[in-house]
Amino acid sequence: MLTALLIFLPLIASVVVLTAKPFLSKFISFAVALAELVISLFIAFRFDKTQALQFQLDQPWISSLGINFSVGIDGISLLLVLLTTVLMPGIILSSFRDSSKPPSFYSLVLLMQSALIGVFTATDGFLFYLFWEIALIPVYFICLVWGEENRGKITLKFFIYTLTGSLFMLVALIYLYFKTPGSHTFAIQALYDAGRSLDASHQALVFAALFLAFAIKMPVFPFHTWQPDTYTVAPVEGTMLLSGIMLKMGIYGVIRWLIPIVPLAVKNWGWLAILLSVTGIVYASCIAIVQKDFKRLIAYSSIAHVGLISAGLFTLTAIGMQGAIIQMLSHGFVVFGLFYVVEIISDRTKTRELSELGGIRNVAPLLSTVFMIIMLGSVALPLTSGFVGEFLLINSLVQYKLWVGIVAGLTIILGAVYMLRTFQKSMSGETNSVTALVTDLSYYERLVLFPIVILVILIGIYPGPLLAISEAAVKNLLSLYPDVTVSIKLR
Amino acid sequence: MNALFVICGIGVFSLLAEIFNLKKWVSLVSIAGLVTAAIILIIVDWRFITYYYNGMVYFDRFALSFTSLIIVISIFWFWMSGDFFRGAAHRTDKSSLVLFSIAGAVMMVSFNNMAMLFLGIEILSISLYVLAGSNKENLFSTEAAFKYFLMGSFATGFLLFGITLVYGATGSFNIPAIADFIAAHATMPRYLYIGILLMMVGLAFKISAVPFHLWAPDVYEGSPTPVTAFMSTIVKIAAFAAFIKIFSVCFVRFDFSLLWLEQGIMVLTLVVANITAVYQGNVKRMLAYSSVGQVGYLLLAFSSDNVNSTGILFYYLTAYAVASITAFTVVQLIETQKGSAAIDNFKGLFKNSPLLAIAMTIAMFSLAGIPPLAGFFGKYLVFTLSISKGFVGLTVVAVLTSLIGVYYYFKPVVMMSQSSDSVIAVSNSQKALLTILIVINLAIGIFPDIIRIL
Repeated sequence: MLTALLIFLPLIASVVVLTAKPFLSKFISFAVALAELVISLFIAFRFDKTQALQFQLDQPWISSLGINFSVGIDGISLLLVLLTTVLMPGIILSSFRDSSKPPSFYSLVLLMQSALIGVFTATDGFLFYLFWEIALIPVYFICLVWGEENRGKITLKFFIYTLTGSLFMLVALIYLYFKTPGSHTFAIQALYDAGRSLDASHQALVFAALFLAFAIKMPVFPFHTWQPDTYTVAPVEGTMLLSGIMLKMGIYGVIRWLIPIVPLAVKNWGWLAILLSVTGIVYASCIAIVQKDFKRLIAYSSIAHVGLISAGLFTLTAIGMQGAIIQMLSHGFVVFGLFYVVEIISDRTKTRELSELGGIRNVAPLLSTVFMIIMLGSVALPLTSGFVGEFLLINSLVQYKLWVGIVAGLTIILGAVYMLRTFQKSMSGETNSVTALVTDLSYYERLVLFPIVILVILIGIYPGPLLAISEAAVKNLLSLYPDVTVSIKLR
Repeated sequence: MNALFVICGIGVFSLLAEIFNLKKWVSLVSIAGLVTAAIILIIVDWRFITYYYNGMVYFDRFALSFTSLIIVISIFWFWMSGDFFRGAAHRTDKSSLVLFSIAGAVMMVSFNNMAMLFLGIEILSISLYVLAGSNKENLFSTEAAFKYFLMGSFATGFLLFGITLVYGATGSFNIPAIADFIAAHATMPRYLYIGILLMMVGLAFKISAVPFHLWAPDVYEGSPTPVTAFMSTIVKIAAFAAFIKIFSVCFVRFDFSLLWLEQGIMVLTLVVANITAVYQGNVKRMLAYSSVGQVGYLLLAFSSDNVNSTGILFYYLTAYAVASITAFTVVQLIETQKGSAAIDNFKGLFKNSPLLAIAMTIAMFSLAGIPPLAGFFGKYLVFTLSISKGFVGLTVVAVLTSLIGVYYYFKPVVMMSQSSDSVIAVSNSQKALLTILIVINLAIGIFPDIIRIL
C-alpha cells in the first residue's frame, strides 16, 4: 500500500496544484515532495535487508490482457526511490528563486515524480513501460516551455530519440509476453522465465531491443547525441530531473529488465556494451576537456560517468553491480549539485562561458567551497561519495580485463583534468567585472546545496548501510550467473 | 433499427423546419434527437439482435456497437460545430444533410445485403458532396466538392461493378448467402475475383487508403472545417466498418489470398501518408494526411486477423475519433479567429488559452500513440495482434512510421509553446466539450476494458 501511496500522492497532487493559486502551488508541491521523502524514509526504516521484494501490491487492472497494477520494492528499487524523493524537494526548492513559474510547472514536476517512482517499483512489464513513457512527457514539456533558445527542435529530437528506444522495448516486451504460458501475462517473473527459455539467437534480439532503449536513456555512446544539447537548453530543473534521476531509469532498466531476462545474451554480448561504454568514457571526457560552456561541460562529464556505471554493470560481478548502484546515487547527488552551481553562477553573471568567469572565490567563498566539495565528489576523491562507486566499478573492470580497467580508469584522471580546470577558471584567479556581481549563496540555495554536500561526504565516509540495502537484491540477480563467484565485503 | 428511424425523423424535421420557421431549434433538436436515438439504441435495440426487412439489415452486436459509436461521435460533432449552423443561409439544409448522411453511415454498418451497402454509401456520399461545397463563396470549397464528387463517383462505380460481378458469380446480394455459396463451392468463376478486387478498390477509396487517397488532402483542406471533422470521423468509421463486414464475413474464405493485397495497401498507406504529412504547413491538411495514415494501422490489425480483430478495430476507431474531434474543435476555433489553420497561428496557445493547448496536445499525443492516452492503447493492441500472428517485420514498419508520426504531431505542440500575444476566445460550451473529450480520452486510455467489451 505504501508503494502505491508513493506513486499516487504526487499524481493526485499534480492535478490539485493545477487549480491552486501560483503562490500556493509552490508550497503544496514542496509539501508533497517532503511528504514523499518522509514516506520513503519510513519504508527504508521498515525495510528488511534479508528479503528481496517487499511492500508489494498486486491489483488486476486490464485483466483481459493479463496486465496487473503490481508494484514492489527491493533493495535496488529502494535506493532509487530514495534518490528520487531526496532530490525532488531540492528541485522544487531550486525553482523558488524564480517567481515566474506557474502552477503548471509544479504540476509537471509532481507528475514526473509519480512516474519515476512508478518506473522504479513496477513489477509488471506493461506497467513499467507505461511509467517509462509517462516520465518522458513532463520533462519534455518542462524543457519545451521553460527552456532556452532553439529548444523546440532540440527537445523534439530528444523526445523522438528516446521514444525510438522505448518502442523497441515495447516490441520486445510484447514478444516476451507471447512467450509466457497460458493466457499470457506481463508479470515480471513470467517475463523472466519466458526470456530465459529462449535460445541464444532470440535472446540476442531481445537484448538488442532492450539495450537500445536503455542505452539511449542513459545515454551510452554512440546514442548520446541528444544529451548535451538537451541538457544545455533545458531549464535547470529540467536538467536536474534528466541527469539526476531520469538517466537512472536506463541503468535501473538494465539491472531489472535486461540482465535477468536475457542472461545468455548478456553473457554473449556484454562485451559489446562494455566496449561502447568504455569508448564513451574516453570520448566524452576528451570533449569535456575542450568545452567552453560550463553547463555543456558537465553534460559531457555525465556521459563519461554513466559510461563507467554501465560498463561495470555488464561485467556481471557483485562488486560491479554494487559499485553501479552506489555510483548511481552518488552521481545523482553530485550532478544535481553541479548543475545547480552552474545555474547560480549563470543566473548572476548572465554567462556560462568559462573564459569570462574567474575569481568567484573572492566574492562568494561559500559558493566556492560548496562547488569544491561537490566537484571532488565528481572526480572521485577518497572520502567522497564518488570514490566508493568508482573504486568498485574500476575494480570490477580490472577483474574483467586488465586493459579495460586501465582505459576506464582514465575517467578519474581525465575527470580531474576537466573538473579542476573548470574550478580554476571559474573560482580562482582575478575577479573581473562580470564575476564581481556574484553574491554568495542565499537562504534557499543553502537549503538545497548543504544537504547535497553532507550526503556527498557521508556516503563517501560510511557507504556500508547503502551497500547493505542492495546486497540481497544483487545476490538474487547474480544467482543467474552461477560461475561468477567474485564478491567483496566492504563493511 | 429504432435508432435509425429517430435519426431519419429528425432529418425530416430539420427539412421542414425551414418552412415552419423553427430554424433556431435545429441544432438543439438534432442533439436531443441523437441523444434519444442513443438511449433507444441502448434500451430497446440492444436487446433484440435480429434481421429486419427480409434480411436486408442485420443489427448484431457489431452493428449495434458501431451504430452507438457513430451516434455518440455525431453528438460531439453537433456540439463542436455550432458555428457552422449559425450563418444565415441554408441552416436547415445543412443539418438535414448531415443527419441523412448519419443515417447512411448507420446503414453502412448494419447492412446485410449488397444493395443496402450501396444505398448507405450513396446516402452518405451524396449528402457529403453537397456539404463539402457548402461554403459557396470559397473557391477551395467548391473545388473540394467537385473533386470529392468526381472521385467518389468513380469509387462508387468500381464498387457497383464489383457487386455486379459478385452477384453474377454467386447469384445473391445477401451477405451470408454469398459467404455460404463461396464456402460450398471449391472452384469459382474467375470474374468473382475481379469483382472482389473491384469492391476492394471501391472501399479503399472510401476509407482513403493509399494509393486511392489522392482526393483526401484537397477535399479535407477545402471543405469547411466541421465537414472535414465529419469526414475524418464518422465517415471513416462507417467506411471501415463496411470494409470489415465485407471482407471478414462475405469473402472470409479468401483472406489468405487477399492478405498480400491488404498488406501492400497497408505498407503504402503507412509510409506514403506519414512521410507526406511531415511536409505540411497547414494543420488541417496535416490532419488529412494523418487520417489517411491512421488507416494503415487499422489495416495492419485487420490483415493480421480478419475475424478476431473487430474488437481492436472498434477500440482504435473510437480512440481515433475522440482525438480527431478534439483536434478539429481546436483547429476550427483557430481558423475562424485567425483566418487559417496555418501552423504559425498556433503560437502562444499554452500561455494564452491553456485549455485549448492542453486539448490539442492530448489529441496530438493520442494520435501519435503516447501513453497513457487512448491512441496509445489502440496502437498497442494493433501491434500486439500483429506480433502474435507473426508479422514482426510489418510491425516494425508500423512502429517506424508511428515515430515519423510523432514528429509531425508534435509540430503544433512545439508551436503552441512559443510566445505570442494573440488570444483565442473560447465559449463555455466549447470549453465543456473539450473537457469532456479530454476526460474520455484519458478514461478509455487508462481503463481500456470499458470499450473492449465488444
